[in-house]
Amino acid sequence: MADQLIHQLLIPVLYIVAIVLPLIIAVAMFVYWERKVIGWMHVRMGPNKIGPFGLLQAFADVVKLLIKEVILPTKANRALYYLAPLLALIPALAAWAVVPFSSKMVLSNANAGVLYLLAMTSMGVYGIILAGWASNSRYALLGAMRSAAQVISYELAMGLCLVCVLVLAGSLNLTDIVNAQAGHKGLFGWFWLPLLPVFVIYFISGVAETNRAPFDVAEGESEIVAGFHVEYSGSAFAIFFLAEYANMILVSFLAAILFMGGWLSPFPDTWGFIGQGGFIWLFIKAFLFAFMFLWFRATFPRYRYDQIMRLGWKVFIPIAIVWVLVAGCMKYYGLVTIGTGV
Amino acid sequence: MNPQLFQLICFYAFGFVTVAAALSVITLKNTVHAVLALVLTFFSAACLWMLLDAEFLALALIVVYVGAVMVLFLFVVMMLDIDQEKMREGFVKFLPVGLIVAAAMLVEMLGLIGVRAMHTQVMGADPAAAAGTSNTAWLGRALYTQYLLPFEVAALILTVGVVAAVALTLRQRVDARYESASQQVKVNPRDRVRLVKMAAERPVDETAAPSQESKS
Repeated sequence: MADQLIHQLLIPVLYIVAIVLPLIIAVAMFVYWERKVIGWMHVRMGPNKIGPFGLLQAFADVVKLLIKEVILPTKANRALYYLAPLLALIPALAAWAVVPFSSKMVLSNANAGVLYLLAMTSMGVYGIILAGWASNSRYALLGAMRSAAQVISYELAMGLCLVCVLVLAGSLNLTDIVNAQAGHKGLFGWFWLPLLPVFVIYFISGVAETNRAPFDVAEGESEIVAGFHVEYSGSAFAIFFLAEYANMILVSFLAAILFMGGWLSPFPDTWGFIGQGGFIWLFIKAFLFAFMFLWFRATFPRYRYDQIMRLGWKVFIPIAIVWVLVAGCMKYYGLVTIGTGV
Repeated sequence: MNPQLFQLICFYAFGFVTVAAALSVITLKNTVHAVLALVLTFFSAACLWMLLDAEFLALALIVVYVGAVMVLFLFVVMMLDIDQEKMREGFVKFLPVGLIVAAAMLVEMLGLIGVRAMHTQVMGADPAAAAGTSNTAWLGRALYTQYLLPFEVAALILTVGVVAAVALTLRQRVDARYESASQQVKVNPRDRVRLVKMAAERPVDETAAPSQESKS
């Protein structure tokens, strides 16, 4: 009895901790890296005072946020105001359950992994909408409305991109999707090549879905102050921050898994140890995608709201729909070889 | 703990949450709270389906209803300016109507259960498990082979619905002005901005008298 209890409850909990703790530390280091990179791009220093090279800056910020007071605005809806940050964070963390880090390392090898991811990422929008509504502030409500419209629009494009991947891989399981990209062609056997337009659309939709620049109209500092989280302070704000960055890292990992061969090595497997797959490859790819998020932020000015809607509905969705057809034909006529993995 | 007992506990827990959330949808005074209770109802119903190994249906319920439909619903409800007092006024007046509807639904459901119970045949084994594939794969195969015609008809009806909804709500105001994105893209910077070459500093004229501004 006790033996089974340990097996069924304790070990999964330990696995969850083993994913969530590094994730939170990764978020802290990602924030530091973002400030550093954008600093270099602006010809500034970035944080450099706390710890060696300013490495401890993120942790100092976390401590500062946690010991600050959480202010409840007048006439705010108390229960929803405190619930909203949690509703943003929980799906952002729960989505990591199905992410495979290597061929064996995965918390839940669910058959419908991709659908589960779609379900979790689509629930994150509740945190934003409720935060905007519950804080009884016009700026916050405006931010929430913009965000809801944007996330729903880009979710469609994202879903259609995933359909293309599913058509080629023939499975909803993320491990199977990566294995389908395996083969002797290495880098050129991955799905980014046959699905190139969809790959670009997926990543841009991911940027829009996480409300990052240049799609950050939900925050829009220069127009609506800070959008949905303008009234939040202290640890409640820190949770929103954590959720946003966890989502960015998630989108980076997914782009690497779905289109760039996950943990597979870009080199042929005859090349000795650099030809072998491993979680280090996944981390390198995800890091490159995460870097793109920062690069975009330092490069592009913010989109206008109507431009965002036009890009989502009139450009991305039609291209993605056509490419579903193209992917179907490629699969039917055997133009893409699907690996079976090891 | 044996798996069956654990599953039973989960079933009752999810079932309780589903019923409690469904009840609070109609009893909560705040409409936004009621919408959130409805979200919780969908979510726990999805959990119940997950217990039945119907993972595709469960996740589709979350993606479609929780992730999209209810977000738009919440969106609309938030914008409403509802007078709470007025909402409660008609409760007694509409109670008989509500009771009649509830009674009719109860009779229908009991009839359905009764008819089903008369069929001696019990529900067969899970066809997906029998075929040795995942629930999703089996469902996809069944939909696109055995039930292809009903599936396509349903898709056609939904498309007609979308077109009808757009046609009903699309109003072209004659005095509205729109930006043309293609024209905006075609704009040449040289038509809008004139770059003027000039020295970084104007040479200061030492002999000139101080200007009017510096005096005042």
